[in-house]
Amino acid sequence: MPRLSYRRALNRALADELARDEEVFLLGEDIRVAASAVTAGLLKRFGPERVRDTPLSEQAFTSFATGAALTGARPVVEFQIPALLFLVFEQIVNHAHKFPLMTGGQCAVPVTYLVPGSGSRTGWAGQHSDHPYSLFAHAGVTTVVPATPADAYGLLVSAIRCDDPVVVFAPAAALELRAEVSDPVPVPLGRGRVHRTGADVTVVAVGHLVHDALAVADELAGEVSVEVFDPRTLYPFDWDGLLGSVARTGRLVVVDDSNRSCGIAGEVIATVVEQVRLQAPPRRVTRPDGAVLPFAPALDRAVQPGRELLRQAIAHVTKDG
Amino acid sequence: MSGADPIRLYRTVRLIRRFEERAIELVRSGHIVGGIHPYLGQEGIAAGVCAALRPDDVVAGTHRGHGHVLAKGADPARMMAELCGRVTGLNRGRGGSMHAADFAVGVLGANAIVGAGGAIVTGAVWARRRRGEDLVGVSFLGDGAVNEGMLLEAFNLAALWRVPVLFVCENNGYATTMPVADAVAGSIPARAEAFGIRASTVDGQDPAAVHARTAAALARMRADGAPEFLEARTFRFDAHHTFEHAVRLDYRSPAEVARGRSRDPVRIAGSRLSAGDRAAVDADVEAVLEAAVAQALAAAEPDPATALEYLYASGLTARTGGG
Repeated sequence: MPRLSYRRALNRALADELARDEEVFLLGEDIRVAASAVTAGLLKRFGPERVRDTPLSEQAFTSFATGAALTGARPVVEFQIPALLFLVFEQIVNHAHKFPLMTGGQCAVPVTYLVPGSGSRTGWAGQHSDHPYSLFAHAGVTTVVPATPADAYGLLVSAIRCDDPVVVFAPAAALELRAEVSDPVPVPLGRGRVHRTGADVTVVAVGHLVHDALAVADELAGEVSVEVFDPRTLYPFDWDGLLGSVARTGRLVVVDDSNRSCGIAGEVIATVVEQVRLQAPPRRVTRPDGAVLPFAPALDRAVQPGRELLRQAIAHVTKDG
Repeated sequence: MSGADPIRLYRTVRLIRRFEERAIELVRSGHIVGGIHPYLGQEGIAAGVCAALRPDDVVAGTHRGHGHVLAKGADPARMMAELCGRVTGLNRGRGGSMHAADFAVGVLGANAIVGAGGAIVTGAVWARRRRGEDLVGVSFLGDGAVNEGMLLEAFNLAALWRVPVLFVCENNGYATTMPVADAVAGSIPARAEAFGIRASTVDGQDPAAVHARTAAALARMRADGAPEFLEARTFRFDAHHTFEHAVRLDYRSPAEVARGRSRDPVRIAGSRLSAGDRAAVDADVEAVLEAAVAQALAAAEPDPATALEYLYASGLTARTGGG
């Protein structure tokens, strides 16, 4: 079976959608030379009208995409750096997201915002290492964080076809992954995936942390039976899928690369405990409150949610029960 | 360049003037909640610019946006219903004064964020021209917007990518209460000229002058695809926002207001009509607005159960906030 890299999966999704729908076009910085690699070969194949390299004007080109989308186009806007989403938060949340309701349903804004390299990129330090997916989930913007090459392909395709704005976070820590994928297919938004079934505890893991959760589950096999649930889409969240898993295991741990306060882990735990009587208090493993990733590699790692903290959290919820 | 029909120009400025006066009455009577940013005194700009546009051209307005929506051809009755938050409003009561939009006549919306419309209309015009349409766009903006970085970025994109957008700066001298002289380094047209955009200044109180300058600009834009910039000097006759009727803010002297109000676009446009024509237009406008107000007030308010309707074009249903 052919092996597909995560990065190549994103590239293939863009190419397939550009080929399928004339209304799809790409905007972003340095995309003609594919600085992030996900647009490799697309300029040559689709031309500069549809692969539009932009000046460093994030706010204008993000709203330019909104305007184009209002007329029926399906722009994909690439941001090389996750922190650029802070710069365009207003354009996405206050304009693209609000236009359909504010106009009483006169329009749709089908824009995809793609961040190929979100979260920590070792050595890039404070202003290039954020993972602000919880902000968009809070605002009610469709937010996806694919963990695998197949999901990267399938969720990006679905994002582009969605009639609402969608932010696609492709974690830097997942970009080099490869997997055997014969024929990638669209993956529906809002549907989670159980990567590994288990009986004792449900671990909800976001993005690249799915692989850490699977590794820890492997290590613990024989002691604790861990179910790994990957929501894939953080908003809208697959509550039915998660509640089904927690109903089986009765215990919950969430591992989430957000800052602790108001991160998606808090929402996951709140929603579950509103509806399910767990056998032990749930736990979450996150970045610290107000995290700024420090430069030195050991410091950078120290504020990321990692396997050791996840093991401790699993031990807590299984011991308490 | 043929001039605009003086009756049409007068009708538009008169319609906007009386619309705003009726709307202010409805603010005072509590039928319009939240207040409005009256366009009084600036009517000549929307009227002159929009008279030069085709139906398929698009405009993006501002927080002081009623004039742009009406001049581009939206139904005054549905606009008034929108201000009153009724289901028959342009936005079905979901937008209100600062977000009124009518995509059917090319109004991409008033916009409550200063400087936001420029990039949006640039993207919309670019996307439609890519499909072979030859439309142009107008981005209305105030003098406050020329200090917003996002707008200056939009100037750059429009010029760089040759997107024919006419940026119309309605310079009424104040960004809320901040005088232009204290807020703008350099000159307003020079902002656009810095990007290689053709820019000029016109008397915004004379709708015929605005129309002539706009028509000339649009002819060049349709020929070569380049954006242009027009600064229209104007004066806001009334408050920044109707909240000022209750809270007097001390930033314009009575003498300055009297001087500003002495050049009235409605009087200037009306002076070009015979008394009989003027009376006929006035009577027609009164009848239109009388019906608009009556229809707005008679229309239903939206059902609270539909508060999240239209939130997602994809059909996604949001969770409600209850326990």
